[in-house]
Amino acid sequence: MSILVDKNTRLLVQGVTGNEGLFHTTQMVAYGTQVVGGITPGKGGEWVLEKIPVFDSVRAAKENTDANATIIFVPARFAPDAMFEAADAGIPLIICITEGVAISDMMRVRNYLDQKNVRLIGPNCPGLLTPGEAKVGIIPGNIAIPGNVGVVSRSGTLTYEVLYAMKNLGMGASTCVGIGGDPVNGTNFVDVLDMFEHDPETEKVIMIGEIGGNEEEKAAEFIRTKMTKPVASFIAGQTAPPGKRMGHAGAIIEGGEGSAADKIKALEAAGVKVAKHPEEIPTLLS
Amino acid sequence: MKLHEYQSKNIFSKYGIPIPKGRVAATAQEAKQVAEELGGRVVVKSQVLVGGRGKAGGVKLAKNAAEAEQLAEQILALEIKGLPVRKVLIDEASAIDQEIYFAITNDRAAKKPVMIASAAGGVDIEEVAAKDPDKIIKVHIDPLLGLREYQARDVAVGIDLPRDYWKDFTKIAMALWNVYKETDATLAEINPLVITKEKKLIALDGKMMIDDNALFRQPELAEMRDTDEDAPAEIEARKYGLSYIKLDGNIGCMVNGAGLAMTSMDVIKLFGGEPANFLDVGGGADSKKVAAAMRIILTDTNVKAVLFNIFGGITRCDEVARGILVAMDEVKPKVPMVVRLVGTNAEEGRKLLENANMITAETLADAAKKSVEAAKKESK
Repeated sequence: MSILVDKNTRLLVQGVTGNEGLFHTTQMVAYGTQVVGGITPGKGGEWVLEKIPVFDSVRAAKENTDANATIIFVPARFAPDAMFEAADAGIPLIICITEGVAISDMMRVRNYLDQKNVRLIGPNCPGLLTPGEAKVGIIPGNIAIPGNVGVVSRSGTLTYEVLYAMKNLGMGASTCVGIGGDPVNGTNFVDVLDMFEHDPETEKVIMIGEIGGNEEEKAAEFIRTKMTKPVASFIAGQTAPPGKRMGHAGAIIEGGEGSAADKIKALEAAGVKVAKHPEEIPTLLS
Repeated sequence: MKLHEYQSKNIFSKYGIPIPKGRVAATAQEAKQVAEELGGRVVVKSQVLVGGRGKAGGVKLAKNAAEAEQLAEQILALEIKGLPVRKVLIDEASAIDQEIYFAITNDRAAKKPVMIASAAGGVDIEEVAAKDPDKIIKVHIDPLLGLREYQARDVAVGIDLPRDYWKDFTKIAMALWNVYKETDATLAEINPLVITKEKKLIALDGKMMIDDNALFRQPELAEMRDTDEDAPAEIEARKYGLSYIKLDGNIGCMVNGAGLAMTSMDVIKLFGGEPANFLDVGGGADSKKVAAAMRIILTDTNVKAVLFNIFGGITRCDEVARGILVAMDEVKPKVPMVVRLVGTNAEEGRKLLENANMITAETLADAAKKSVEAAKKESK
């Protein structure tokens, strides 16, 4: 067991013929993920990697493949349309890797998707990895091993760092979920914590947060009131100055909200062990 | 991206929001001219991209054109919170009855735009929010439906606006929504929106922020960017697609990934050092990008040591190491470099760099300690 993706995931790739899309499709297929089709408008009928059919629309791909998830690798200005299209075609799980989507677009996408009962992961995220079963995204497959620790994070390479430290200690992950670094995204910490709480395979959870917004505080409240499984955490950006966007669109302390100190305080008050540096996180759970 | 007051108010005016008559001036002479055209009393307002202009002496009332010239001269010589005043806005003075706060911004937690209003306008809204949260009302807007007039009336009622003004207020609210939506603003703020003695609603001050991620479809706004508030190195970094923020410490950082870059700063601090910057060099091993990043970090003369923290995933560490070697050869840095490579092919990468006169480290903690030591030694 795992959450969101496993060996039964039948994946579409939107933007499959682009540089990024093709590169990562190759990596995902090599990992063993079932990539059943790709979408590039105007290239329907072509094939990639000799065995993956390309369609003109998500609807056509869905009809011909019975896909149950899609991943988006299109440039930021086209990504909102790609998300709307996937939702309209009835794909229940959408993963958007694209960075730089305008926040006004994301507010429209999120409010529309909420009416459709569709789960969106991202945007601006590394995607999902269920070690040994499916890689749906850009997380390097070789840095994690299967196990019982659920990992959820707003970051990319920082997450890899933690997965790698876990692997070095022989600690494996049930599923790793990158929810992304944007201020408005599809899935937040509480959603994923809830899934981990209900996943029999997940016994412990690592949550990697950062400055900006109040999702970590909401997570702390959820952990305090609803979770039985132990959670360890790390919050990046303790030295970040207020008012500056630290790389991620959502990583900004503004209006007196979003500091690392506040988040750490809330998490510790909820009984979460908060690491001083990322290499320490796995040791807090062993 | 922030817009100046005069830029914001010009946009407001285009959308039908009443603003005071006035114009921007770059010299005292020009200011006098504008004041003469306007006649009567005028306000001379510094145009800098920070709050607290009034307290800093950057907003003054002038009785006539001669005084406006004099005040403009003084204000144009000011530096407010480190930013030089390059322009002043000359507005006709208004007779004010009441000051209101009114803005539309993003509520990231609600994932919707929100109208924020308060009868206690003209002051810092964050102070009002902290001291007197009951005086602020918020109404969320469905991004798919847009602002509806009844919602604007709800706001008018919420701030006890007399009925006579509801119609004008609703018009202003709908116009501000159009501004916010069509410019991809993350903030469109009128503070204060005043009721004048002549019983008119006027946007006396304006502030806008535009989403950088939407500038591709806002070419006219993109050209309005004032880079005064950015450090020159930050402007240079933007050209290379690097995310760089200057800080006050002496340990430069070059890291791949924003979260890991913030973390590297934090760990430097944890071991007693102070980071000199945030820098996300992005994925890939492009030596040109690495060289540009290295040059940018070293333009900060406070930097006494540089920490490279690279996690090799799909990009292999040996490729990154080669990129670093090419960049080192080009930039020839004179301060010690601490490098930590981890992940795919880290061992090969480390070997390549061992002969490059760099200090190597295996863990982030170790790398931070070594860079703190190196910076201390270098500072002596």
